[in-house]
Amino acid sequence: MVLAALLPLLLFVFPLWKITLEAPQYPTPLGMYIYINDFADANPHDIKNINLMNHYVGMKYIPDAIPEFKIFPIGIIITTVIGLIIALKANHKWFLYWFIMMVMVSTAGLIDFYIWEHDYGHDLDPKAIMKFTNPDGSVMGFQPPFFGSKDILNFTAHSYPQLGAYCLGGGIALGLVAYFFGKKEKTLKA
Amino acid sequence: MRKFKNPMLVLFGLALVFTSCGDQKKGNSGALTSNAAEKVYVAPGEHDEFYAFVSGGFSGQMSVYGLPSGRLFKVIPVFSQDAEKAWGYNEETKPMLNTSFGFVPWDDSHHPDISQTNGELDGRYVFINGNNTPRIAKIDLTVFETTEIIEIPNSAGNHSSSFVTENTEYVVAGTRFSVPVPQRDMPINEYKGNFKGALTFISVDPEDGGMDIKFQLMMPGFDYDLSHPGRGKSHGWFFFTTYNSEEASTLLEVNASQNDKDFIAAVNWKKIEEYVNNGGGTKMPSNYAHNVYNEETHTATSTMKKEVLVVNPTDVPGAVFFLPTPKSPHGCDVDPSGEYIVGNGKLSADLTVHSFTKMLDAIEGKKYDGDAYGIPILKFEDVLAGTVSQPGLGPLHTEFDGQGNAYTTFFISSEVVKWKLGTWEVVDRQPCFYSVGHLMIPGGNSRKPFGKYVLAMNKITKDRYLPTGPEVTQSAQLYDISGEKMELLLDFPTVGEPHYAAGIAADIVKARSKKIFDLKENKHEYGITSDADVRVERNGKEVHIYMSMIRSHFNPDNIEGIKVGDKVYFHVTNMEQDYDVPHGVSIIGANTSELLIMPGQTETFVWEPKQPGVWPFYCTDFCSALHQEMQGYVRVSPANSNIDLSWSLGD
Ligand SMILES: [Cu+2]
Repeated sequence: MVLAALLPLLLFVFPLWKITLEAPQYPTPLGMYIYINDFADANPHDIKNINLMNHYVGMKYIPDAIPEFKIFPIGIIITTVIGLIIALKANHKWFLYWFIMMVMVSTAGLIDFYIWEHDYGHDLDPKAIMKFTNPDGSVMGFQPPFFGSKDILNFTAHSYPQLGAYCLGGGIALGLVAYFFGKKEKTLKA
Repeated sequence: MRKFKNPMLVLFGLALVFTSCGDQKKGNSGALTSNAAEKVYVAPGEHDEFYAFVSGGFSGQMSVYGLPSGRLFKVIPVFSQDAEKAWGYNEETKPMLNTSFGFVPWDDSHHPDISQTNGELDGRYVFINGNNTPRIAKIDLTVFETTEIIEIPNSAGNHSSSFVTENTEYVVAGTRFSVPVPQRDMPINEYKGNFKGALTFISVDPEDGGMDIKFQLMMPGFDYDLSHPGRGKSHGWFFFTTYNSEEASTLLEVNASQNDKDFIAAVNWKKIEEYVNNGGGTKMPSNYAHNVYNEETHTATSTMKKEVLVVNPTDVPGAVFFLPTPKSPHGCDVDPSGEYIVGNGKLSADLTVHSFTKMLDAIEGKKYDGDAYGIPILKFEDVLAGTVSQPGLGPLHTEFDGQGNAYTTFFISSEVVKWKLGTWEVVDRQPCFYSVGHLMIPGGNSRKPFGKYVLAMNKITKDRYLPTGPEVTQSAQLYDISGEKMELLLDFPTVGEPHYAAGIAADIVKARSKKIFDLKENKHEYGITSDADVRVERNGKEVHIYMSMIRSHFNPDNIEGIKVGDKVYFHVTNMEQDYDVPHGVSIIGANTSELLIMPGQTETFVWEPKQPGVWPFYCTDFCSALHQEMQGYVRVSPANSNIDLSWSLGD
């Protein structure tokens, strides 16, 4: 359980998610890592160059910082502390509660990510240089995929979780495993 | 590089690479029927195996080709103004063409040579000589741009240049035309005994590559034609061919062809270096330009140097010897082992090869055949290693494949001849179309040649290409030398006259090639690193515009308050930080070239508006989907108007 509580801390080291944009003119694709507290270039200046591309269709610049970069790290630290207290002091039932809490927190994070992506892809400058419409006449959005790959105009966008996300997931899963072990142990003792 | 998500893909890719290598080797060895087209075909998107840096001769530049395809990638401006790249036109690079004669917009570039470490090409720099107004330039291969030019005082016809020693300790520049030193008003027919031939040793800083004249060896007034460094066992020596040992000053075609033998001058530069380091030599008043381009300020500075250290060869006993060599030798070439020194006697029917070991023995035994101006002449028979008998007519230049073979060009009989070192037997000959000058094997000028191709550079093409009026292209020809017999693979046209070339495996160079200049590191006096610094300043009649450019606009793009009679400096910074997104700029009626500005770089052009009006400027390099919109206006008012300076972008 201690391990379960500590694993999500690796989010401060490894990126959570990565969005990659491929196009023929970019033999080295443009890429952006999403860390729990930062956006980072996959290669130098990638975010600047993504912004430069996207301004033609009226997308906003990727901000240097978003409120989530403050909230999420605090959330992870709090849940880790709670996890550690539970690991050392509480019985296995609490392991399950921690697991449920983590699943909820993570889901909230993912929903937030989706909302940001949707807004980023759809809240376009009305004075956009190039305006594209869908076949039904509605304004075309440029939301990158939430998970997986998708063609957006001349780009193919990929969006996949990274090592940080796997650490978080692993930690959460370990919490559940710890719960079952704790349960088994208790049953044996009894 | 593309990042592979799946390690299996990477393994698969590596497997492909290894497989294809294996196939290539098989293809090269002993294929009975070969397909020249296949051998030079580099598929779209694939890279050539070698870079070839080919001199432009009277174009003054150096062009970059890929081998084996013969595709031209870039013409690097060196000694001549180039409006395409604003070289010598923008304020930043004008100082690069400064000399003691003032601004010289042209030269005749001859012999590129690539820097070496331990006798092998290291791919850091290419050096090339300007022949007419003696200069040596250095091209930095991280940017493929000329970053330093040093003028050579006391020299004229800077031809036996610019060859580097085994660790790039020195780049050497020898004079072809001897001249009075110091220059003075004197009768031409008093040449003999009075003119001098300066051999200049320019040290190259091992850290930053900075060039500095270490010393000039003041030799007798012969013509010093070509040179090469010793390597391996002969490292520490330098060899120069001479002609006109007759010291004629008129009708040289006859008068300089009378002596049966001229000389190869063997110079023990390590000995002279030691002499100089111990305070030897004489400081001579002089005046020559040293021009350095700074990559952080994106600006060149020119400094006039006032002194040069001169060494009299007879003051350093044991440092300089003459090796008699038949008939006005041109190329002076040292084999990869450093043992053989080939003298390509251009009016001789034979090729003369001297032995370094025998030369040392002869010096040891003091077996001299007299002296010339106090410099000992060794006996021809004592230093001769062998003679390649009757290989062709008019031998000019020899290079080596590292497998014991030498390849010599013959101008008059228009051919490349392959022969064996040591046995001196001719192995093969192939015609050239026509009148070949130099040849080049990548790395052929080092301890470790890449003996796969030889590139012959021809002086005449006549009917080889579609005619283009009286002036037709010059050309190079590529031969496969991987087998016993040479095979002509390709003809390709060149820029200007290809006197000589230097080649190197692309892998050594391409990984170091810069993609952009870091905007944060931009220290240009008038550069800006953010749009917040965009402004226009007036200083009397001078107006300085601090302008930015990024896809797809200039900032500012509307400027008012400029007056007729102003001198307007456009200092334009390309704010892009993406690979291959240059922008250009010019304005109607500018009496200079455009600017072509790389990401992160700042360049400046001057505009002196002559009429009131509203004058457009625009981006001259198709940069983006909105390139056509990348434009702006400058309002010019009469000289006496009182409109204040203002500037803007967007409403
Ligand atoms: Cu542009």
